[in-house]
Amino acid sequence: MRNEMHLQFSALSQNESFARVTVAAFVAQLDPTMDELTEIKTVVSEAVTNAIIHGYNNDPNGMVYISVVIEEGAVRITIRDEGAGIADIEEARQPLFTTKPELERSGMGFTIMENFMDEISIHSEVNKGTTVHLTKYIMKSKALCN
Amino acid sequence: MSLVMDFEVRQDVLLIRLAGELDHHTAEELREKVTDTLEKEHIHHIVFNLENLMFMDSSGLGVILGRYKQIKNLGGEMIVCSVSPAVKRLFDMSGLFKIIRLEEDEQFALQTLGVA
Repeated sequence: MRNEMHLQFSALSQNESFARVTVAAFVAQLDPTMDELTEIKTVVSEAVTNAIIHGYNNDPNGMVYISVVIEEGAVRITIRDEGAGIADIEEARQPLFTTKPELERSGMGFTIMENFMDEISIHSEVNKGTTVHLTKYIMKSKALCN
Repeated sequence: MSLVMDFEVRQDVLLIRLAGELDHHTAEELREKVTDTLEKEHIHHIVFNLENLMFMDSSGLGVILGRYKQIKNLGGEMIVCSVSPAVKRLFDMSGLFKIIRLEEDEQFALQTLGVA
């Protein structure tokens, strides 16, 4: 059965917690492990934080959009902003790379997304915005256990 | 759930116990509070006890790395202790444990700094 949800909210840092907890609550119906839930919460936090800090440069007038689709054990999360965009995606994906070291950014956001999810794709256009697609297969771990 | 920060000064050691969630939003509060304390007290080393930290992301790594740089500039040392497996994965991924010392628990961490 396919199930989906859509969420949109202001680019405010207090919404990072709201976003990851809401996505985790929706995904909980697939009965994921605690580790899987933690991984999903972490990647949502990373992508939403990127949208707020880099996409909108902390301008709360920006809106962050999240869609989650659950289908046959796969969780497909799309996190989108209509902000600054990324000029060089390959560079942005490098571990420890950050354009904002003065804000104490660790540069680990995309590395964590790559490590915690099964698939990731990033689409971005300068001055138009960034969309991150993240997929995780929840059934995989259970199939291995059986 | 937000972040609860418990600060305790023992001689020249600042012991910080974190409970709750450390993300971009709460990292700002932590940075300000540590910076304030370093200005007011005579601090040489920092110990982070993460036993009750339920969630952390890369913003948490960033703020801890920032405090490491601060304390290193003062010639001191930073120790992180009582780390959950989930948080340890993030530290391992970033390579931060190559520069920040990890200890099993608070008591032992404080012992190594001579203030237990």
